[in-house]
Amino acid sequence: MKKHYDLLMIGGGPAGAIAARTAAKAGLSACIVEKRPAIGAPVRCAEGIGMESLAEFVEPDPCFISAEMQRAAVVAPDGTTMMLDSESAGGKVGYVLDRKVFDRELVWQAAEAGADVAVKTRASAPIMSDGKICGATLEFCGTKTDVMADVVVAADGVESKFSKWCGVDTTVPLREIMSSAQYIVTDIDIDPHCTVFCLGNNVAPQGYLWVFPKGDRTANVGIGISGIKSGNGHRAKDYLDRYMASKFPNGKTIEWIVGGVSVCRPLACTVADGLIIAGDAARVVDPLTGGGIYNAMYTGDLAAKVAIDAIEKGDTSKDALMTYDKQWRESTMGKTIERNYHIKEYMINLTDAKLNAIIQTATSINLKEFSTLQLAKELLKRNPKLILELAVLKNLIT
Amino acid sequence: MLKVHRDICGYCGCCVSVCKEGALELIDAYLEVGPGCTDCGVCAKACPVGALEVGRE
Ligand SMILES: Cc1cc2nc3c(=O)[nH]c(=O)nc-3n(C[C@H](O)[C@H](O)[C@H](O)COP(=O)(O)OP(=O)(O)OC[C@H]3O[C@@H](n4cnc5c(N)ncnc54)[C@H](O)[C@@H]3O)c2cc1C
Repeated sequence: MKKHYDLLMIGGGPAGAIAARTAAKAGLSACIVEKRPAIGAPVRCAEGIGMESLAEFVEPDPCFISAEMQRAAVVAPDGTTMMLDSESAGGKVGYVLDRKVFDRELVWQAAEAGADVAVKTRASAPIMSDGKICGATLEFCGTKTDVMADVVVAADGVESKFSKWCGVDTTVPLREIMSSAQYIVTDIDIDPHCTVFCLGNNVAPQGYLWVFPKGDRTANVGIGISGIKSGNGHRAKDYLDRYMASKFPNGKTIEWIVGGVSVCRPLACTVADGLIIAGDAARVVDPLTGGGIYNAMYTGDLAAKVAIDAIEKGDTSKDALMTYDKQWRESTMGKTIERNYHIKEYMINLTDAKLNAIIQTATSINLKEFSTLQLAKELLKRNPKLILELAVLKNLIT
Repeated sequence: MLKVHRDICGYCGCCVSVCKEGALELIDAYLEVGPGCTDCGVCAKACPVGALEVGRE
């Protein structure tokens, strides 16, 4: 490890890895520090991603793709199922990844492009000078090292402590943390090309339960519920265990996964002097779907691009780095987050009866484009009265 | 005093993200509770598996 880098990435998830890859490819010195001993493990993810979203940053490779998805099913509280198919040729719409391999592949690509990597190395404090972040103290097996950087990219995921130490409040409101549990279950009867989303206040209060296939008879079966709905006897794991007992009593659990997903609004500001915050750390997860892999890669890449430009111009102040904040907010990703935040806020207040009624209006929909926006549009077509309740969304959707 | 049931904790960081005081930190397979903890109990509520408990000890 060097004493100084152009870019220092805190965290070796998709955000940190893509930032390092982009910086290294541009010829800058870059280093990823990851506190876990292994990249990508333990997994904290259901591993679903859209086909085109993935291809924007990595060439799809069977080595990190567990399964290809062709359709989705949304199950209402009363069991009514709405099938979502794609009109696109071939019908393939997304993948369920193998994140252990995927995350490692991304870091591998960053390393190949010239970035340094340090695992089991934890950033324990920022190095500040006159209020500017200019590096981090790194701890590895009991030794502390100070590493300086022109720009530090905080890509430390849901915990997001690094930015907090720099003075940015990254706390997720209790009601907006999806308290999550997931099992990888094998030897179960599933449609291996269909992702399933189950809704309902008794199934997954203010969240949803998912079945994401990982093969012919294997799936990620998981759940996220709002933190305010969680408590003794009714935690994410309790709901999941009840679902497992009723749906897959003979399934065999081969992996036990827990985690938190933020579904709040993104941070009010995602830069500071010498600092860019990317991925989950910036709270840019899609608040409706809980998907954050693409958003992490997108913001990681943009963070590096803006940093490269700022370093070239010799100005890495907050003002100079604001380009990053502005650009992602104006991007399709930023707009989708804003829109889906409103839809999520509407959805979590729906009664089961209302959810049933909405889903009953369409038992099958063929989507031109497989997205939450298209789905929202189709549902509005069938439930024109909804537009009144969703007044705030009128301009965002129609 | 916040108690971490280490036999239940999955070291996922869900609690860390909701801690306003920044008192929790994941250090390897170990959740550390810092002096800033106010026993507010938000983390204990958010925990997906019930590994955190406030008071009583
Ligand atoms: C149960 C669950 C299901 C999910 N399902 C999906 C899904 O189906 N599709 C989807 O798109 N998204 C999903 N997500 C969200 C997705 O996992 C995240 O959005 C994504 O991993 C974010 O990438 P990241 O690089 O920002 O952060 P992460 O992947 O979390 O990486 C952050 C890294 O930083 C490291 N780190 C933290 N602090 C430090 C420090 N001080 N020093 C050094 N390293 C540090 C961490 O160890 C971690 O490896 C899910 C999340 C959960 C919890």
